[in-house]
Amino acid sequence: MSEMSSVPWLTLLMVIPLVGSAVVAFLPGSAEQAKRIALGFSLVTLVLGVVAATQYKSGGTAQFQLAEQHAWIPQFGVSYALGVDGIALVLILMSLVLTPVCLLAAWHDVPEDIDGARRTKAYFALLLVLETFMVGVFAATDVFLFYVFFEAMLIPVYFLIGRFGGARRQYAAMKFLLFSLAGGLIMLVAVIALYLQGPGGADGFLIAKLTGLSLDPTTERLLWVGFFIAFAIKAPMVPVHTWLPDAATESTPATATLLVGVLDKVGTFGMIRFCLQLFPNASEWATPLVVVLAVISVLYGALLAIGQTDMMRLIAYTSISHFGFIVLGIFAVTNVAGAGASLYMLNHGFSTAALFLIAAMFIRRRGSKRIPDFGGWQRVTPGIAGAFLIAGLSTLALPGLSSFVSEFLVLVGTFGAHPVAAVLSCTAIILAALYILLWYKRVMTGPKPEGLTGVRDWSLREKWVAAPLIAFFIVIGLYPKPALDVINPAVDKTLSYVHTNAATVAEGSTK
Amino acid sequence: MTAVAPAAFQQANIDYLAVLPLLIVFGAALVGVLVEAFVPRERRHTIQLTISVASLVLAFVAILFATKHQGLTFGYTDGATSRRLFALAIDGPALFMQGALVLMGVLGILIMAERFGGVGSDAFTASGASTPGSPIEAASARAGLITSEVFPLTLFAIGGMMLFPTVNDLIGMFIALEVLSLPLYILSGLARRRRLLSQEASLKYFLLGAFSSAFFLFGTALLYGYAGSVYFGDLSKAVSDTSLGLNGLLVAGAFLVFVGLLFKVGAVPFHAWTPDVYQGAPTPVTGFMAACTKAAAFGAILRLAYVGLDTASWQWQNAVIIVAVLTMIVGAVLSVTQTDMKRLLAYSSIAHAGFVLVGVLAFDQRGVSSVLFYVVAYGFSIIAAFGLVTLVRQDGGEATHLSQWAGLGKSHPVIAGTMAFLMLAFAGIPLTSGFVAKFAVFAAAIGTGGATGTVLVVIGAVCSAITVFVYARVIVLMFFSEPADDTVEVLVPSVGTTFAIAIGTLITFALGVVPSSLLDLADRASQFVR
Repeated sequence: MSEMSSVPWLTLLMVIPLVGSAVVAFLPGSAEQAKRIALGFSLVTLVLGVVAATQYKSGGTAQFQLAEQHAWIPQFGVSYALGVDGIALVLILMSLVLTPVCLLAAWHDVPEDIDGARRTKAYFALLLVLETFMVGVFAATDVFLFYVFFEAMLIPVYFLIGRFGGARRQYAAMKFLLFSLAGGLIMLVAVIALYLQGPGGADGFLIAKLTGLSLDPTTERLLWVGFFIAFAIKAPMVPVHTWLPDAATESTPATATLLVGVLDKVGTFGMIRFCLQLFPNASEWATPLVVVLAVISVLYGALLAIGQTDMMRLIAYTSISHFGFIVLGIFAVTNVAGAGASLYMLNHGFSTAALFLIAAMFIRRRGSKRIPDFGGWQRVTPGIAGAFLIAGLSTLALPGLSSFVSEFLVLVGTFGAHPVAAVLSCTAIILAALYILLWYKRVMTGPKPEGLTGVRDWSLREKWVAAPLIAFFIVIGLYPKPALDVINPAVDKTLSYVHTNAATVAEGSTK
Repeated sequence: MTAVAPAAFQQANIDYLAVLPLLIVFGAALVGVLVEAFVPRERRHTIQLTISVASLVLAFVAILFATKHQGLTFGYTDGATSRRLFALAIDGPALFMQGALVLMGVLGILIMAERFGGVGSDAFTASGASTPGSPIEAASARAGLITSEVFPLTLFAIGGMMLFPTVNDLIGMFIALEVLSLPLYILSGLARRRRLLSQEASLKYFLLGAFSSAFFLFGTALLYGYAGSVYFGDLSKAVSDTSLGLNGLLVAGAFLVFVGLLFKVGAVPFHAWTPDVYQGAPTPVTGFMAACTKAAAFGAILRLAYVGLDTASWQWQNAVIIVAVLTMIVGAVLSVTQTDMKRLLAYSSIAHAGFVLVGVLAFDQRGVSSVLFYVVAYGFSIIAAFGLVTLVRQDGGEATHLSQWAGLGKSHPVIAGTMAFLMLAFAGIPLTSGFVAKFAVFAAAIGTGGATGTVLVVIGAVCSAITVFVYARVIVLMFFSEPADDTVEVLVPSVGTTFAIAIGTLITFALGVVPSSLLDLADRASQFVR
């Protein structure tokens, strides 16, 4: 089921940032030097990731490529098994692109105070550690290994929020950790029970061994619930979303970007990889509930976003709305919606990153996150304002920009299966226009604000932050084929497990 | 049932190589007593430390040799039935526990020996018999008296602990229980600072410990009345013989014996002593107790549950299930409200005891191996954690109030970072030994415990989530808060303490990343001889 790779590409992608973080943290030197080293390591990882991606053969028969497998804890049935399908590959590439972008954006996040370089080094080292875990969590093809990364990645984020965040950072960090760990521990019980349902043995935690089990319906549903709660908290879906706005507004923009843009994708990614693939019947059983929750998330997130005065919270609520779309696409269980949801994960990562990072440029200049404190800024910083407009338009899914493709696919794919849900969700497109354009209007238009002398338009560094993101919107918006070509076979493969299973059940019932 | 006394004194049949580890430790403890009597005061500390560490290392080597001599030993022939009865069982679980106890004992002793530049151990009073704050105490401190008898006392305790999971009958178990407890009662009362608290702890521990010993002994008597023998093998046979029909004796006896043992692991409702004693005892002793007493007691519980009363498990397992649930919940919930580092770790140790009990209740070989793994993983972490507590000081005394730890991450990143890592291990975050250990007991319980096991694990998972808050709060204080006042300092530890803390932390990390060799060892050591 997986195609072994002679070069351990995925391990390399994890080791390099880890080495980088150790170098950054422990090597003496100035803060400036540490930042450059960190950026260098993340760029090397990105280059290597691109090279690895060229080794990936779209449309192969095996589910996982670039695979590696070694025994890790045979007593528990745990293997160190990595591999990617198309969905995992694009998400890993997204993480690899966003990390250097975030490092660049985080250049001045840590004030140079009495602590000197130590705090800066810790900050950049933690971001690199996070990159390691992000690659690991998407690449793991062993359920236990996935769980290990899933939990372990909370720790760097916890420190990133708690040490470097805003005024209420302690509260936000604790809330984030407790929500995530509570979900994780429920999932742990399901992970153990899943292994016992499988064939067992020294590699019994491999996804390949746990796919297509014929489970007792009650057991399958309980296991599904165990996994789904963890992923719903992570994604986050209403009603377990409340940690996200706090975490997003209290953390630094770079942390918020990686948290919302990448880490939360683990939730939706997990729904595809685990809920759908391992428990197809239970997924079918739960679809009505999930679709309702998804539609609520879509509308509720969008409505609350309109009412926010804090920019970071606003972005967090737009994300809740978008995650609703992604979940809707996943649980529509059609190939079109599935491909749309997967592409949506990618697009949302980039558009959220653009919103967070570009909004942070204003926030830094103005010293406030509150929208009423702004007005007329397109006359102050026209460049940033323009970039912000493009990011906003991508978020509201303007045709020609990347999010449009995925949102369209999700809605088209969902319409056949759940027409009511699709129609209701369509209204969120209008709400999206409201929250983005009202925001733009309040911040950018109007008379030029008084008393802002010496505020300059974007620096070269900030241009480099925005450039790759905007380039992505336009390229994927106009020509999504390369991404879809990678994603589609993976979606088809995953859905084939669902359909095979449904078919066997149907066959069994006629007899 | 008329047991006739043996006609003549029989020499017990002993495989000396199998019991050599015990002989070494007890022998070294006796030598230590002689050292106290005959060696000049100023040289005692070094000599005692050397003897203790050397004997424990030697004992570890002997344990490696003893693995070739497994089986029942220390036997004699019963005159009436001409059966061979054995007092000691040198088997996998016993040797595994002995090895773990000896290694954890080395680390515990190294931390106890910390002098911080003084004449004697920093943690222990100059004269234990003097009233706190009295002129005699001041005079003894001026005279440079030292309490180097803590080393032989600790060796006696370790010897008793090694015996505890090894004995094969109830009387032997009682003796081991007393041998390990009595030195601990004394050690708890010897704190140099906050002596009243320490003496209170000692007295409390002694009184409640005496109670629990009485329970144990009374249970032993009832079980003897039931089975006509105190040997675990006979007990097990008697239970499976349904014609006896003395269930009242069996249930009451088993319950009382378990009370005695559960007291030692600090299981709820027999936990009341834990926070007070952990807080009052000298911190190195607390670390030693938390790691080693708990391990030894769980070894004894395993033997009793899997060898002596295995066939009667349906009689007592419901009671132990309730105890396990209570232990997890009370330990987790009460740890939330703690403001003192030592009390916090005490309640955390109660919660951990509950998790281990979940493994005990799995009733199969995987249960045994998971418990063995858990107590080792937890033991090394907790010794390192209490070792760190000894370093953080304010005005000379230990700064155990949580508020005194605020901002430590800024001023002492290495110490605070190590503590944070250990906290993550206690919380059971992946890539630490705590996660693997928790996974092992939970997997064993779900695997063989059926629906009950699954419910226990769900409760365990919820309680873990609660305790995460506690540990995360310590990290918040150390790293995300500003220091309350800057008179809190961190002493520079000697080589011994540094070694002990470093090894404890490294093992915590190593068992989280590459646990398979120890898991394998625990698996192979999980077979009891009968």
